[in-house]
Amino acid sequence: MSELIIILISAILVNNFVLVQFLGLCPFMGSSNKIETAIGMSAATTFVLTLASMVSYLVYQYLLVPLDITWLRTIAFIVVIAALVNFTEILMLKTSPLLHKVLGIFLPLITTNCAVLGVALLNINAGNSFVESAFYGFGAALGFSLVLVLFAALREKLNLADVPAPFQGPSIAMITAALMSLAFMGFTGLV
Amino acid sequence: MAVKKIKLPTKLKAFSTSLIMLWVLAACIPGLVALTVFFGWGSIINIIWLGIWALLFESMVLVFRKRPLGFYLKDYSALVTAVLLGLCIPPSSPWWLSLTGIFFAIVIAKHLYGGLGQNLFNPAMVAYAVLLIAFPLEMTNWTIPLGIEQEIDAYTGATALDLFRNERGAMLVNEFWSQHSAFGTLSGIGWEWVNGGFLLGGLVLLYKRIIGWQIPVAMLGSLLLMSALFYDGGSSASGGSPFMHLFGGGTMLGAFFIATDPVTASTTPKGRLIYGALIGIVTYIIRVWGAYPDGIAFAVLLGNFTAPFIDYYTQPTPSQHA
Repeated sequence: MSELIIILISAILVNNFVLVQFLGLCPFMGSSNKIETAIGMSAATTFVLTLASMVSYLVYQYLLVPLDITWLRTIAFIVVIAALVNFTEILMLKTSPLLHKVLGIFLPLITTNCAVLGVALLNINAGNSFVESAFYGFGAALGFSLVLVLFAALREKLNLADVPAPFQGPSIAMITAALMSLAFMGFTGLV
Repeated sequence: MAVKKIKLPTKLKAFSTSLIMLWVLAACIPGLVALTVFFGWGSIINIIWLGIWALLFESMVLVFRKRPLGFYLKDYSALVTAVLLGLCIPPSSPWWLSLTGIFFAIVIAKHLYGGLGQNLFNPAMVAYAVLLIAFPLEMTNWTIPLGIEQEIDAYTGATALDLFRNERGAMLVNEFWSQHSAFGTLSGIGWEWVNGGFLLGGLVLLYKRIIGWQIPVAMLGSLLLMSALFYDGGSSASGGSPFMHLFGGGTMLGAFFIATDPVTASTTPKGRLIYGALIGIVTYIIRVWGAYPDGIAFAVLLGNFTAPFIDYYTQPTPSQHA
């Protein structure tokens, strides 16, 4: 049990996907203009990331390893994740239109999120078991959500600031992200 | 832009920015005196050097942005940043170290965001974190305080907090305490006086109502709670006594002077309590389980980073709408 908690803390704070490992930066920059959007994106990402890390574990262990084609894992994961996300979207549309309305537009975006593929590959590299993979994916998603929502709130405040002309827009957002990354370096050595 | 001066009917004498900044500077004096008594003239020299560069960088940016020099320089905010950074960095730090720091503080953390009142992160703490990550060796070498017998050639060493974290091994707290003369009676020779000085200055600021009570109380309270919970009766796995945490490192400076920065802290009453508590808890976590000797700077930066979010969800509702 304590091992799973360590995996969670490590994925959320110490090895935060966005600020420490620099994965999933596109949705981090792209969907952080408003808090509501950021919360929708975080919920969808949490769902997909957890599911994707479990499914990619199963695909790797029961399909790629027996057939001895583990060198195809990158392509296999991309296909599996894209199919999984599309399938989830269709399923969601038919069974729960409300949830689809909340998460719907974000789901196709997530397929191109490198954090999803990153989680799957990092799980394989670390030799995690099924439960550990699921927790790692969940922790990575929680870390992503935390940082995304906080960053969205920061950017709403930043909109009011009198930023010098050459630094307006994405460049000051990048500098802010860098300073946030600096703050997260304080967690080095916790786990 | 010319602002028309209107006389407010309600308040006879309001604090202007420059008056607040001057009070903050004055409140730093007891702590600075303690630092000078125990660690030599280094801090004062650093502060003068940092102050000169802070004003130079500030004027440089103002000239680039075609803003009136006199108006912005007279609010003393650059000097406050310089003094706070000068109080944080080791007294024996080389000239280029403080120069790099003040560049990051004034130009990057403050003026890229539009100057005073608009920066998202505390400038002095951004500078401190940058320096700690870029030059860890220079930043963790503190001058050895007066009153500790050392070999003649040793002029600098680890602080009491740092010693406690790195060299204790599996010893009991009391055992380790009595072996090292650096610990003094409460939290380390010199450190208890330095923190006491900043506590005194902080109380003056509280009395003058320049800072609110919420952030210091929440921060010190949560730090006290965490250190009492994990004190563990001084066993070998203990995180150190609550006294060591409250009066060690930069606790009091952080609680009264840095976390209370009105620009980067949370602004709602309830939000300030949450913000202060968060800083206290993160400080303890980084001090005890993290890799850096003191967690104040990172904790304040993380607090700054969550402040807009805390504000967003703690907006007080007007009583008629409740």
